[in-house]
Amino acid sequence: MRKKAARKTTVALVKLAHARSGDKGDTANVGLIALKPEYYPILVKHVTAARVARHFKGMISGPVERYELPNLHALNFLLHGALDGGGTISLKTDAQGKVFSTALLRLELELPK
Amino acid sequence: MKPRAVALRIAAGQGFWGDWLEAPYRQVTGGPIDYLMMDYLAEVTMSILQKQKSRDPSLGYAKDFIPQMERILPIVAKRRIKITANAGGVNPRGCAQAVAETARRLRLGGTLRIGVVTGDDLLGRLDGLLARGHELKNLDTGRPLSDVRDRVVSANAYLGAWPVVEALRGGADIVVTGRVTDTGLTLAPMIHAFGWRPDAWDLLAAGTVAGHTIECGAQCSGGNCLVDWERIPDLANVGYPIVDAAPDGTFEITKHPGTGGRISVAGVKEQLVYEMGNPAEYITPDGIADFTTIRLEQRGKDRVRVSGVRGRPATDKLKVSIGYFYGYKAVGTLVYAWPDAYRKAQAADRIVRQRLADLGLTFESVLTEFVGADATHGPLARASAPLDQLPEVQLRIGVRSPDKAAVERFTREIAPLILNGPPSVTGFAGGRPKPEEIVAYWPALLDRRTVEPCVEVVDV
Repeated sequence: MRKKAARKTTVALVKLAHARSGDKGDTANVGLIALKPEYYPILVKHVTAARVARHFKGMISGPVERYELPNLHALNFLLHGALDGGGTISLKTDAQGKVFSTALLRLELELPK
Repeated sequence: MKPRAVALRIAAGQGFWGDWLEAPYRQVTGGPIDYLMMDYLAEVTMSILQKQKSRDPSLGYAKDFIPQMERILPIVAKRRIKITANAGGVNPRGCAQAVAETARRLRLGGTLRIGVVTGDDLLGRLDGLLARGHELKNLDTGRPLSDVRDRVVSANAYLGAWPVVEALRGGADIVVTGRVTDTGLTLAPMIHAFGWRPDAWDLLAAGTVAGHTIECGAQCSGGNCLVDWERIPDLANVGYPIVDAAPDGTFEITKHPGTGGRISVAGVKEQLVYEMGNPAEYITPDGIADFTTIRLEQRGKDRVRVSGVRGRPATDKLKVSIGYFYGYKAVGTLVYAWPDAYRKAQAADRIVRQRLADLGLTFESVLTEFVGADATHGPLARASAPLDQLPEVQLRIGVRSPDKAAVERFTREIAPLILNGPPSVTGFAGGRPKPEEIVAYWPALLDRRTVEPCVEVVDV
């Protein structure tokens, strides 16, 4: 028998994690770090590469890769094609991807209550 | 042979060329240290330096390094602090020469030895390498270097810690290098002091992690730290990081007493993930470090212990950083004020684009950002920003083209808008934007055996 859908609540990622980002060519990386160890499994489950790709739709032209660092309670995302060519080529204010970190923290998660 | 050290203190004095001028002085005077590590080279820096050297063969290194040395050499010589720095750029010998002259002027002649590491510069060898079948394919695009060979302005292999170790073994007090990795500048003193072997992969990985942690200076001691940022104390007086290293590969990150900033587990984590690719494979010329094995622990105020680091053998390739001429770009800005600031900036953008099209100019890219609305977070910000009520918006238009004349013409299309475009516009005090040459970055791999580092140690 299927249970009724559990009640959900919306949580802003900025309440669960902090982050720092940088660049490698036209790829931005965002390291996403759980603010408390118990938040890490939530990040692993809900902040998937697909979810992050959807979040950045229209801002990046390539795929999103995700790596796990359970020892640091952190995830590392590679956002390919994020920097208008990157480095010296880029015309963007954020040519080196320094604030993709906080852009990711705008993500809102639907979590069970 | 000298007895092996049981502890070593390595202080970061410079996280990039342009970093805080006070940091090196504060690091050598704020408390005891054994080494000062200074990182100067970013990916694009080598091509800038190559250009300077082509105009004047005595240049091509980080010029700021010399006044820094002038300021700290008397202290460094007295306290027997050693320095590792990749300030040599594309002219390490010229840089070492300038340091030697400075030392003699300070009457430190006869007391110092300078090590010089070269062999990373491949610019003069490129045709030979290509002829012998080394394609130097672009790591991102897969294209062979022959596609842009005639536009290459710099080419440098990343050397690791070992040539720096050789210079230290030769008695160097100051080691000036070309393109040695940022991490190698920190790892080398550990290898030298602790007698680590070339196949001690876990230890080499640990030293590499230490190097990565402090290579961006204060970015691991409270600078650019998002966690609890408003309560990080006294950033005006921020202490740059120091590695307290042990022979078993464990180390602690700390800073001088009485300085501002903060060394916390959360802050160190932020630096560890900075510019990270696959965390299990942090590849350097000295070996592969596995960042998923790092253990962090707060060991008191402003002190974080790092342990558990595992490593794997180095690959048979070296990374090569190549700079090549790409084209031209320019960025123009104007500021629009309330009311309707955002809509005015949007209207001005449409006008510029139409005028550029009417002139028949073509660009590889025209990018518009509205600073105050979407320049940093794009559509994610626009979705929630009160766009109708913004007090002001900066219109920022950038263009890129292989055609210099098109970029020049664009730079003349911004100022007229002040009188012939939407109203309430200001912020043009800087004058017309200047077209900039773009030297783009071409990362490649090269067989390690083709690169022969050269180490010299000279008395001052």
